Amino acid sequence: MSASLATAANAKPSLDTTAAISVKDMRKCFGDHEVLKGISLEAHKGDVISILGSSGSGKSTLLRCINLLETPDSGEVRVDGELIRMKQSRDGHQTPADIHQVERIRADLAMVFQSFNLWSHMTVLENLVAAPVHVLKRPRAECLEQAEALLKRVGIWERRNYYPPHMSGGQQQRAAIARALAMNPKVMLFDEPTSALDPELVGEVLRVMRSLAEEGRTMLVVTHEMGFARDVSSKVMFLHKGEVDSLGEPKEMFARPPTQQFKQFITNFNK
Amino acid sequence: MEFFGSLLEQLSTAYDLLAAGWGVQLLWGIGWTLAVTTVSMVIGAVLGSLVAAAKLSHRGGLRFLGESYTTVFRGEPELLVIYLFYYGGTQVLTGMARSAGSIGSTDILNMPSFLGGVLAVGIISGAYQAEVFRGSFLAIHRGELEAARAYGMSTFLRFRLVIMPQVLRLAVPGLGNVWQLTIKDSALISVTGVAELMLTANKAARSTHHSLLFYTVAGILYLVMTSVSTPIFDKAERYTSRSFTRPK
Ligand SMILES: Nc1ncnc2c1ncn2[C@@H]1O[C@H](COP(=O)(O)OP(=O)(O)O)[C@@H](O)[C@H]1O
Repeated sequence: MSASLATAANAKPSLDTTAAISVKDMRKCFGDHEVLKGISLEAHKGDVISILGSSGSGKSTLLRCINLLETPDSGEVRVDGELIRMKQSRDGHQTPADIHQVERIRADLAMVFQSFNLWSHMTVLENLVAAPVHVLKRPRAECLEQAEALLKRVGIWERRNYYPPHMSGGQQQRAAIARALAMNPKVMLFDEPTSALDPELVGEVLRVMRSLAEEGRTMLVVTHEMGFARDVSSKVMFLHKGEVDSLGEPKEMFARPPTQQFKQFITNFNK
Repeated sequence: MEFFGSLLEQLSTAYDLLAAGWGVQLLWGIGWTLAVTTVSMVIGAVLGSLVAAAKLSHRGGLRFLGESYTTVFRGEPELLVIYLFYYGGTQVLTGMARSAGSIGSTDILNMPSFLGGVLAVGIISGAYQAEVFRGSFLAIHRGELEAARAYGMSTFLRFRLVIMPQVLRLAVPGLGNVWQLTIKDSALISVTGVAELMLTANKAARSTHHSLLFYTVAGILYLVMTSVSTPIFDKAERYTSRSFTRPK
């Protein structure tokens, strides 16, 4: 028994390690519109999963259900093996059983939004230390030091005392990525991080994301950047009408689209 | 010529009357007016934020209470609310004191006039402040609130770090208007006997028969109070909205 387990583990090492994130059979309706129809997903440490799909296919909803900005109707989310506990509320919907657990897990899943969502009344530096100091309860001086280093890394250290509304979209998004990194997150969730940017600003944000992928960060990236999906990510997941249409190695997926839907999707994109 | 002569005469009477002690009394009146307004604003801020929170609540019952509050206290004449609190308060206090036996059955326990006055004006001010706070909350960019949730902030932290600072910033111009309104409402509590500016002007006008003079002076003083508050609130607004104006 134990021998066969060991063999199995040797054959497929990923079985042995707990997934950084695992989603099982997630469903979500808005009214009678079923947006997620049973999605499962697993990301191991260092995985960069690009989530593709046409608009309305449920990509953002999937991401937002993972950190419970939206409450999934059913399904499981585990972060580093820890199950987010849900309970049945009186009206038959499920709600988080323990909001403190959700808050703690959210702090491990730093999110980067399409519209940046930096806190506009705080300077960039304050944006980077707010959650580490108040949520993670780390010493302020240490957080400030880390924040400055992160801002240097994303190339906007000179802007550390600016308020977000005074910066370009690309700078704001890089600040938002630095804010996410300041949490030392287990997984980073990117919700169309370049979609709100002027085309000439997309590159600077993608460069930062690429460097994160290269240093082995675990990332789930909802994106329309085919180049990033193909060249940077370790897996591509294609959603169609709330279901996983296909999932695979990016090179393989793009070279030989496994489904008609995905083929059509990338053809439309290249037009 | 004759006109200027009589004007000069008027002015010298005015000077005499003000120097004879009415001037000092009017200054005290200003002091009380500012005290009533400030205390009412504070009461109104506490009530206003609670009512705004109720109006924004997910619970229908709370929303209804909040709506009722702002509808009633903005819809009723201010003077009626003041009478209600002052005379109604007196009636309630007297009834309680009589049944407790602490005063005789024909004695009357008056509502303290300052307290009754600021409660009434504060409650009215609160109805207007509630609208200001609610509007400010709704003006916060939704994504910033969502980011606060996504970064693991508790309800309390979200309130302290994101909601309150932004509501205050957005509320400053609106609160400036409520402050002016509250200064004007404070004149109504002269009916309860608080020696604020209006009551003082009334007394002076009656006892000297120089109504025109004293009401004009009081009018100018009210105007000074409401207009100096404008640049103060402007300055506060510039300070609190500094993140939205480009640094020089
Ligand atoms: N809060 C919401 N309320 C109602 N419908 C929603 C909400 N959020 C998303 N939807 C709907 O769910 C569907 C999927 O949305 P979304 O996850 O944003 O898709 P994608 O990110 O793939 O474009 C869309 O049809 C959208 O209209």
